[in-house]
Amino acid sequence: MADARPGAMSRIIRWIDYRLPFVQFLNHHLVEYPTPRNLSYWWNYGSLSGIMLVVMIATGIFLAMQYTPHADYAFDSVERIMRDVNYGWLVRYAHMNGASMFFILVYTHMFRGLYYGSYKAPRELLWILGVVILILMIATSFMGYVLPWGQMSYWAATVITNLFSAIPLIGQSIVTLLWGGFTVGNPTLNRFYALHYLLPFIIVAVVLLHLIALHRFHSNNPLGIDLKGPQDTLPFHPYFTIKDLFGLVVFLLVYAFFVFYAPNFLGSPVNSMPANPMQTPNHIVPEWYLLPYYAILRSVPNKLFGVILAFGSIFLLFIVPWLDTSPVRSARFRPVYKWVFWLLVIDVIALGWVGANPPEGLVVTVGQFATFYYFIHFLVLFPLIGKLERPRPLPLSIAAAVLQGGGTRLGGAGAPMAKP
Amino acid sequence: MLKHVLAAATLSATISALPPIARAADESPPLPHQEWSFDGVFGTYDRASLQRGFQVYKEVCSVCHPVKHLYYRDLAEIGYSEDEVKAIAATYQVTDGPNDQGEMYQRPGRPSDPFVPPFPNDQAARAANNGALPPDLSMIVKAREGGADYVDALLNGYKEPPAGFNLLQGMQYDEYFPGHQIAMPPPLSDNAVTFADGTPATVPQMAHDVASFLTWAAEPNLEDRHRTGFKVMLFLVVAAGVFYAAKRKIWAPVH
Repeated sequence: MADARPGAMSRIIRWIDYRLPFVQFLNHHLVEYPTPRNLSYWWNYGSLSGIMLVVMIATGIFLAMQYTPHADYAFDSVERIMRDVNYGWLVRYAHMNGASMFFILVYTHMFRGLYYGSYKAPRELLWILGVVILILMIATSFMGYVLPWGQMSYWAATVITNLFSAIPLIGQSIVTLLWGGFTVGNPTLNRFYALHYLLPFIIVAVVLLHLIALHRFHSNNPLGIDLKGPQDTLPFHPYFTIKDLFGLVVFLLVYAFFVFYAPNFLGSPVNSMPANPMQTPNHIVPEWYLLPYYAILRSVPNKLFGVILAFGSIFLLFIVPWLDTSPVRSARFRPVYKWVFWLLVIDVIALGWVGANPPEGLVVTVGQFATFYYFIHFLVLFPLIGKLERPRPLPLSIAAAVLQGGGTRLGGAGAPMAKP
Repeated sequence: MLKHVLAAATLSATISALPPIARAADESPPLPHQEWSFDGVFGTYDRASLQRGFQVYKEVCSVCHPVKHLYYRDLAEIGYSEDEVKAIAATYQVTDGPNDQGEMYQRPGRPSDPFVPPFPNDQAARAANNGALPPDLSMIVKAREGGADYVDALLNGYKEPPAGFNLLQGMQYDEYFPGHQIAMPPPLSDNAVTFADGTPATVPQMAHDVASFLTWAAEPNLEDRHRTGFKVMLFLVVAAGVFYAAKRKIWAPVH
């Protein structure tokens, strides 16, 4: 781009680029980068998640400049940010709700991957790196939630760190090590603060690996078939920059709505009370994005086994590329999986609902059934459906399907460019 | 195409909006929803109501309840002039120090002081209140499910206990308090205060005004937030239109 019209500026850029091919790099990965031409809006969630990570780091750094990581002052220092720091309320509400938005984006991104088989060969490592990012996000968000040192911060920290006490023999020692003492206290807060500041940058590093893996074989697409040549792709810029920008603005509308008009809707009122080690809230719940795991944990009567299943529900995702035996990626051509996918979505929502409610009566039954189904879905249905299902015929190429109508267009998550 | 974005947003919203099941132990009637001036996208605080609410807080609640996150200077935001704020602050005695002799001393309050708490610490507060701790009210509206509606309902919710209800010694029955046993005696009675603007000081009126005041105490930046939010949303709606048009134009040749 820089060499379009020679001038002083472009000569400087060329001089630098010869020695440090940065512009070339950007050109290769953000401008010319060949992208499947049939990507739907479901492919916006990856870049949106990346932008959200930047927003979280930026707002987080400004909050860290005003926050006091001490058990006696943390709560009040957060209130000071809300009241007396210029636009402190904005930065904090953006950070607080940003965490929820980040999870909405990443969960949608992952369900898209599950629907279109984006984890299948040769993208297994891409998927695995994504699961690593999810685990890091869960750790980061949990420790971030502890920092305001409200009632729910304190008790969530107590409950979650106590999970490690389920480990036989060394469990209690691990918990003491995590706490830095014999109860959740100031040392716990200090180390959580240090780690909460550190982990996002590790996430950035894993995101870079995720991108390297992505650019090796390029994006998957709604048809789930390989790119066969330049006729199947469009350059990233301007086609996908503008599409991502439009998606970004629509997402920001949702985000801004929460920040400005419902900033506390996704949080718990209990956390507006300062931490009180002498008084347990009558109902301890994690943030909404951790509710499904919490539901799995509570559905198992045995503590150790509950912890194993809750962690297992995430670690299970690592082997998803090998559990799915179907040679076809996109659910569009998989008549059975297409429906079973939605069962998983319903199942996870049900688990979230179970996690939000006290474990009594119906909640327990639904929770146990949904937990059972979650594991059956991946461990039994995934391999079985792949073997038994007869996939529909795949189109010859993306270009054939998109440009000639192809006869492969199906309902559901559509092909936005498939105009005959 | 847009429908996918919307579908995702709706799905996400549904997940978070699923109603929690009411607990069996908690048989409180549903909170009556009040009309609040600060509700909605354009909501602002009603200054007259906030000032009346401040008066109720000052003359009634502050006997037991601190609002430690408020400073006297903050009162300028609810319509008091600089001189009025100074005069209000000066009616309180603030412990300051230590001075050159190493002694703590009392001086009249200044606008830069936080609201003076009624008790020196939690233990003193418990000792004076039959063992119960009157909570700090600066965040009470944010810290209770139902917010201002809850505070309003609680203050109006004192009743005779139903037959057979085992009310403990020194406790009151309140319809909306979790478990219904509340240590706070009914704080409001008709004409407990005399409003300068002539508004009749009925219990519902005082409850409404003090709930408004406490909402402001919990969210002093609400008006700023609503105003800024409207500008941001407006900008984003316009930007979405522009980007969508640009997207259509750029993609037209390759469809």
